[in-house]
Amino acid sequence: MRRRPRRPRRLPPLGSPFELLLLACSFALAAYAGARLFADDWTAVALWLVGAALVHDLVLLPLYAAADRVLARGLDAAGRREWTMYVRVPAALSGLLLLVWFPLIGGTVDRRYRSATGLAADGFLTRWLLITAVLFGGSALLLWLRVRRARKLRPPAVH
Amino acid sequence: MRDDDPRPADDDPRHADGDPRPVPGPEEAVPGPEEKEAAPAPRLPTSPGFWRSPVRGTWFTSVLGLVLLVGITVLFVTGLVSYAAYNPDLSPVNDQTPDKGLLGFYLFAWPTNPYWLYRFTQGLHVTLGVVLIPVLLAKLWSVVPRLFALPPARSLAHALERLSLLLLVGGGLFEFTTGVLNVQLDYVFPGSFYPLHFYGAWVFFAAFLAHAALKFPAAMRAVRRRREEPDALESPRPDALESSRPDALESPRPAPSTVSRRGALGFVGGASLLLLLTTAGQSIGGALRRTALLAPHGWADPGGGPNGFQINKTASYAGIDATETQEEAWRLVVVGRDGRTVRLSRSDLLQRPLHSSALPIACVEGWSTADQWWRGVRLRDLAALVGYDGDSPDAFVESLQRHGAFRHAALRANQVADPRSLLALYVNGEALSADHGYPARVIVPAAPGVLNTKWVARITFGDL
Repeated sequence: MRRRPRRPRRLPPLGSPFELLLLACSFALAAYAGARLFADDWTAVALWLVGAALVHDLVLLPLYAAADRVLARGLDAAGRREWTMYVRVPAALSGLLLLVWFPLIGGTVDRRYRSATGLAADGFLTRWLLITAVLFGGSALLLWLRVRRARKLRPPAVH
Repeated sequence: MRDDDPRPADDDPRHADGDPRPVPGPEEAVPGPEEKEAAPAPRLPTSPGFWRSPVRGTWFTSVLGLVLLVGITVLFVTGLVSYAAYNPDLSPVNDQTPDKGLLGFYLFAWPTNPYWLYRFTQGLHVTLGVVLIPVLLAKLWSVVPRLFALPPARSLAHALERLSLLLLVGGGLFEFTTGVLNVQLDYVFPGSFYPLHFYGAWVFFAAFLAHAALKFPAAMRAVRRRREEPDALESPRPDALESSRPDALESPRPAPSTVSRRGALGFVGGASLLLLLTTAGQSIGGALRRTALLAPHGWADPGGGPNGFQINKTASYAGIDATETQEEAWRLVVVGRDGRTVRLSRSDLLQRPLHSSALPIACVEGWSTADQWWRGVRLRDLAALVGYDGDSPDAFVESLQRHGAFRHAALRANQVADPRSLLALYVNGEALSADHGYPARVIVPAAPGVLNTKWVARITFGDL
């Protein structure tokens, strides 16, 4: 990180002058735009901006990491560590689609969506469930093929 | 994606055999020197050993970072382009951010060529934004141990850099979140979308530029090094022993591997591909709209027939009263040079020379329609009616709509002068439906959808 670790000891540790200059320019631009961003309702905007980082780093990430740990440990305990990806991939993809499209899938914007666009709002949940089913089904099929192939390669006596 | 298992690696009886990537024993030097055989598992995220996924590493983070460097730059530029497409400097009614100051330094007169320009740039902006979400999440995941790294600051520059990271991460997530919510009409953010997303983009981009400048050289080095030794992809850097600076992002006590780094990267790419395939159709239209399974304007068109294409705001949503648009009631008021005023009924308009143009509707929300066949009176012919013959001026268009940010819109002279710019009365061979702006609507090549005013009541020509 620090490009120049050697500097006179008496000075407080300032760090690289290049970095300082660069960050000062960055903060100046951010402050110029930030003054306008925060002009209307600064507490709510600050809450959203800082909250977005906090919710991601301290809630979303620990949640999906914990879920993943439970999965990996469970399969590990069952002696099936190599199956992990066959569960992780469809679960993560389905979760990702839900994360991105949750207002439409969850139906929280149904009324506005229907009246503004003239489109039916009730298909999103169904389609998301179908995609999820296809993802897990496809993954299960791949795993089944893999297990079958492995069985064919090994004589049953060894098993 | 993550194996942050706090158990000591030695608990695992399996890692000695069968594991493609055995956890190194105490005599191997990959774990830090503090890692002793009987050391208890680190319980706190501030300890590097707490983070155990073997996927983390400088190469993995660098590849994702370089993808984001290109992707977010494209997002920023297409975002600025979209802002320019509104012609905000033409009239206050087009400008949702009047106090932009220097941030509008680059504005230019939005062209009408190619006619699909906004459809392309805004489709790219929204689709790419959605597609980059997995990359952004994976990138943040890959560096999360650094959030908890101690000491909090080693120098003033380091302290400022970490503060800047708050703007980077908070600003980035703010931009992606407001964008994703806005296209789903979920207006829960604090204020109007335009100023939040526009000023937020500048705050984010300021931090992004500094971050890119600080990290780009190291990211390039990491990617180049792996290219030179591709086998190093699947295992900890073989030179970790000799290197004076070990890979700071690599776990000192990695858990047993469940996926290679290359596999993890493929997983992220696959997630992006899934989002691309289920979103892009709403910006391509035609038969491919069906493939946009979860995008707000994907899957189906509203109704069938000539008027069966995507609607931004229906007549009932906009509060249009059917009695106002009836043949007897509705008159188009055209005002021009020296206050010259003409009132035209729909049948008066139909008496005038009618022209056709094939143009799409392209929304700021990223969706668009294929070209529709519009038929109506040229805007420049209407200008000629009120004293602007041969020198088309700007136009100020007012709708019957009583609320909504874009019930008024300003068009620049080049947009009025374009022979394809119409006050449309028909679409695809049939009268406009109420939802598409009956009795008359504006359609201008390459203009953002909201500037194509529906239910037009009044057009004032003259320099704005």
